Amino acid sequence: MTTVSAPPATVRLLLFAIYRELAGGRGELEVAIPPGADVAAALAAARARVPAFSRLPERPAVAVNRVYADLDTPLADGDELALLPPVAGG
Amino acid sequence: MAAGGRIVRARITEDAIDVDDVLRAVASPSHGAALLFLGVVRDHNEGRAVRGIRYEAYREMAEAELRRIAGETMGAAPALVALVHRVGELAVGDVSLAVAVSTPHRADSYALSRDILEAIKRRLPVWKRELYADGGESWVGGVEPDAAATGRRA
Repeated sequence: MTTVSAPPATVRLLLFAIYRELAGGRGELEVAIPPGADVAAALAAARARVPAFSRLPERPAVAVNRVYADLDTPLADGDELALLPPVAGG
Repeated sequence: MAAGGRIVRARITEDAIDVDDVLRAVASPSHGAALLFLGVVRDHNEGRAVRGIRYEAYREMAEAELRRIAGETMGAAPALVALVHRVGELAVGDVSLAVAVSTPHRADSYALSRDILEAIKRRLPVWKRELYADGGESWVGGVEPDAAATGRRA
């Protein structure tokens, strides 16, 4: 019997405005996630990698593939996950 | 004439907004009311002299959000909508946002314009950094996109 290991998955984490500054000015990070991970898991992985993300709100607004999403929205390899600071358009 | 509204423009741009062009985009022989709202950079905020604003957008999502906002706001009434938000560094007096709507009668245009603007304020992924006359600058505290506005669960 063979076992098939799940392929590694990564998401593109996009950062804007004050959240980008927390990451030292980088607007995009690649974050490895376990198979079947949701937004909350990807955020936990990002927090482990960027210490300054401890200053992010516990539940930041997020978008997955350019649509507002929730912390329990599931992620797939190659998804675009954006962290959205409070908005100020107009 | 088809019922329901149509969005004829939804754009994030670094270029100066041609407001006449945005207004012309919603012209229709069956629409007797056309309304243009402009957001303009002002020279002060909370008592501090402002020389400009640097706008930043999540461009791809913002253009999609403009379309979603228009679609959810228009309802069944005939309407044409054109929305343009500028990004980059703007000076006092520059137009940051143009909301053009047209409808057969004026009441629908006023209501639609206001509803679209309020939705933009609540959920368009755009941020701004104020540039002060004394040389300082800071991010402007914004609005947390709320579940009702975005369809997120609470």
